[in-house]
Amino acid sequence: MSSSTSLMTETPAPPRSHAAPALPRLLTGIPAHGAMALDEHLAVHGTLRAIGDRPARRRGRRGESPLIERIERSGLRGRGGAGFPTATKLRAVAGSRGRAVAVINAAEGEPASLKDRTLTQMLPHLVLDGGQFAAEAVGADELIVCVCESASASIESVATAIDERRGLAGAPARMNVTAVPNHYVAGQESALVSHLNGGPATPSFTPPMPFEQGVRRRPTLISNAETFAHIALIARHGSRWFRELGTPSQPGSALLTLSGPVAHPGVYEIEYGASLSSLIDAAGGTTAPLRAALLGGYAGTWIGGEYLRGLALSDEHLTPHGASLGAGVVALLGEDACPVAEVARVARWLAGQSTRQCGPCVNGLDALASTLEEIAAGVAQANATQRIVRLGSLVRRRGACGHPDGAVNFIASALETFAADFSDHARHGRCDACMGPAELPLPVSASNAREPWGSTPLP
Amino acid sequence: MSHRLRVNPIACEAHGMCAELLPERITLDEWGYPMIDGEPLAPSLLDHARRAAQACPTFALLVERERGRG
Repeated sequence: MSSSTSLMTETPAPPRSHAAPALPRLLTGIPAHGAMALDEHLAVHGTLRAIGDRPARRRGRRGESPLIERIERSGLRGRGGAGFPTATKLRAVAGSRGRAVAVINAAEGEPASLKDRTLTQMLPHLVLDGGQFAAEAVGADELIVCVCESASASIESVATAIDERRGLAGAPARMNVTAVPNHYVAGQESALVSHLNGGPATPSFTPPMPFEQGVRRRPTLISNAETFAHIALIARHGSRWFRELGTPSQPGSALLTLSGPVAHPGVYEIEYGASLSSLIDAAGGTTAPLRAALLGGYAGTWIGGEYLRGLALSDEHLTPHGASLGAGVVALLGEDACPVAEVARVARWLAGQSTRQCGPCVNGLDALASTLEEIAAGVAQANATQRIVRLGSLVRRRGACGHPDGAVNFIASALETFAADFSDHARHGRCDACMGPAELPLPVSASNAREPWGSTPLP
Repeated sequence: MSHRLRVNPIACEAHGMCAELLPERITLDEWGYPMIDGEPLAPSLLDHARRAAQACPTFALLVERERGRG
């Protein structure tokens, strides 16, 4: 039995015994193109009455609701990368004074991730259901969906879906979609709050916690789009159902974005703990021998090819490798690609994604990218790798947000995994593979915009 | 009650006053930005630290008081 389900496959899933936990969950009935309309969505997943039989509004202790209890029992954690327990976040917002705002974060600045734009484009009602349930549980009358401005199809889908839902029982009084600048850190919580409050989409230094004071100084629930999609299904099917998939410490299913030398790169739903090879099989197999895999995106960690056979996709299995799934990125690198050239190219892009607020990030990431480019070209000084280690220690924990730390993590892990390639390049310069097409995904020409983090809300 | 140094990296513009006034605890990186560790301040340095914080042209150096363990 395959433990992953393709977004792209046209053949129906093989029949399963009813005892076997079923995938897909989130991607059930996903249309071949376009968005799933409200009536289709309700036909697939059922109506929103599920927790209406125990009205969430009638909560006892402040901050408690049947849905929050159910989410706590499910063990759901945020899917934006940080993995914070969702019930704890919901409870904090519900317990704060004043009417709350709920924000669905589909900014997805990570270029190696496509899951949030895919969800909002094709299954907007699943995400909005989760938003509606969560809004009710925390006492929010406003639901804002933040989508990356470059994902125009997703913005359009969400806007259409919101129109379809007006007048739907239990829908928040106000729902809207907002375009977020196409920038790596624009989806960071404090950057998103700043953007929604009319400021630039840049991180702040010690901002108030959003659950106390976020959008228009109201208690604000911000969670990743996929997290809301899981809430929509937990509300309907319960926590025990949710835990039928995954591992005890990381229950449930997850959306992963798979890129690199496979027949069908794209977004896949797996259960936590599924093997990497089952994911690759679901994507039609590899088209080149694998050199390494990057887990968790451009703030993530490389795992060398020798460890990929038998690798399980859950954080408990990835921790011994120093890795985690983060926001669900699995970027494969084939033997035909040059890791040094790829890492230098991504490092230069990461340096360009600094919002230029903090000196160590501005200077350090630029110096790191330059040193990597010199190594790739074979013109670096003899101690270039020590210089990278030194620069890494100068950058770590010295920014207002996690961007510099993530970039240093990505570079340090590459240096370790591809040590022989780096020393080879440092001595002999470019290799044959350097000239090949780039394999790690980066946005096309996005980094050329002068201040891409500027404020550009939709009218 | 102990005190710790903290830098607001967004406000900091690398004037370097802090390293002049508190060399015991602050050095500058190769671009002129202050490097601090998270260790508590010795009581004997507290006045110097406060003076350094007041001298910062962008008020980016913070002397933070913390309760508990310290």
